[in-house]
Amino acid sequence: MWLYLVPTLAINVVIILIPALLTIALAFFQWDGISAPVFIGLGNFVALWSDGPFWTALENNLIWTAIFLTVPIAMGLLAASLLLIVPRRGSTLFQVVYFLPVIIATAITARVWQGMIYSPVTGVFGYLQKLGLPIVNPLSQTSTALFGVATVDLWHWWGFLCVIFFAALRQVPQEQIEAARIEGASFWQMMRYVLLPGIKPTIMLMMIMTVIWSFLVFDFVYILTQGGPAFSSEVLSTLAYRKAFYDLNVGQAAATALVISLFGLVATFFYIRIQSRESV
Amino acid sequence: MRLVESRATLTITYVVLGIGLFTALFPIVLLVLNSLKSAQEIVQNPLALPEVFRFDNFARAWKDARFSQSFVNSATLTGLTIVLVCSTGSAAAYVLARKKIKAWKVVTFYLLATTTAPIQLFLFPLYFGFAKLGLINNVFAVSLVYTAIYSPFAIMLLRTYFLAVPAEIEEAAIIDGASSWQVFTRVMLPIVSPGILTVALIIGLYSWNEFLIATTFLQKQDKLTAVVSFFLLSGQYSSDWGEIMAAALIIVLPIVVLFVFLQRRFIEGMAGGSVKG
Repeated sequence: MWLYLVPTLAINVVIILIPALLTIALAFFQWDGISAPVFIGLGNFVALWSDGPFWTALENNLIWTAIFLTVPIAMGLLAASLLLIVPRRGSTLFQVVYFLPVIIATAITARVWQGMIYSPVTGVFGYLQKLGLPIVNPLSQTSTALFGVATVDLWHWWGFLCVIFFAALRQVPQEQIEAARIEGASFWQMMRYVLLPGIKPTIMLMMIMTVIWSFLVFDFVYILTQGGPAFSSEVLSTLAYRKAFYDLNVGQAAATALVISLFGLVATFFYIRIQSRESV
Repeated sequence: MRLVESRATLTITYVVLGIGLFTALFPIVLLVLNSLKSAQEIVQNPLALPEVFRFDNFARAWKDARFSQSFVNSATLTGLTIVLVCSTGSAAAYVLARKKIKAWKVVTFYLLATTTAPIQLFLFPLYFGFAKLGLINNVFAVSLVYTAIYSPFAIMLLRTYFLAVPAEIEEAAIIDGASSWQVFTRVMLPIVSPGILTVALIIGLYSWNEFLIATTFLQKQDKLTAVVSFFLLSGQYSSDWGEIMAAALIIVLPIVVLFVFLQRRFIEGMAGGSVKG
């Protein structure tokens, strides 16, 4: 029966496992991608420690995590719980529309926001500016660039959470809801004491995934700001990418990748514990 | 489930849900609206309706983004990935769901762990390794990368479909003298085919939309995917945003149409790993 697993495992080992082990090794070497790697021990990590953009990127990842642990989860929960009130056909329509941003390619979403909304020339922001509103392109300011990018990802993301939470809410046992209703619980009491506790495992899982994904965020930052202006929206994954492919400093890129993985690893531990408890 | 509420609650509910609807649709409406306008019209007011519908934007977008080539590339890449993920994934999911091997637990844990591995953890050695082997700008090589990244998710989803098949069906086939391969291909696969279709749709969506791997591994002009080609077109400075939005619409439209018709499958599939029934 192992034969059935060979294709999957072979592809996985060649594409993911071996390169991942090489990344761990590379983190201790100086390498430009072409000439022979030179072992430098902890040199890459020492260099990162005194690298300003690295700390900005790490801080931005933490801010990003904080935003995504709260805002989209709250939005998703609110919308999902309200969907319980509307009739079935209505809730399907709302769900489909909320889910549309999820299925649009990130590169396209990024460009639509960049050109049609944020742009001072062709975007809605520029139009409002012309009407006299004191509004500026958030991507061009060091103080707001990260939030400008996060807004785009929020738009792209919250519908997914809403749909997941709604699916989970509908699986809360009917008896519990009936019992609460007989006791005269209002909708909000129902949320607080029956529905939210009922979907706690789903919320937990989504929060863990949020932590993992927050350290992987790449597309929107790379396309919208390239980490700028002045590294103000840089995150670890774009920093690692820049180090590897623009600075040809593959060792430091690998070291940065290890830092990303470290945060992911902690979250992954909890993820596997929850997933295996429920599905194995 | 239906919670009957007072009129006031109901009104507030629709208002809030309506705001959500507006938020989700606003950028999409801008996309469609401005794909039909000239560059000057957009500069004047991106919110205005087009004076005349400019379908020539689409013709120019198709040519400038080289979609006749990049759509073929994207379709090839997506198709290859779907076939690879579904074939290798369903075999793996069958063995793991039925606990055919002793180490099923270890393998399952390993696959779960790789679903959360950051791409950067393996991207750099992979790139330089592929470069050495001459596999950059090779669509098949990229579909292998996609397969590695997406198949753990596919396997976890397919596993739940295999788990739902009663053991008696399999036992009956074995008693009738079917070999293990026959049981898998003739009995099990047809039963889980709805699951395979769901996986195919979602993996297709992911592959069609993917950016990071595609932009790193497929750089030659005649190998670009549609999304990367769009990205490069829209990155030029003398940008005609009517044309760019037209290019965006060309890429998005087939996906949205497919999604609207098969929304149930998409949503259940994507939510599949996260909500346990």
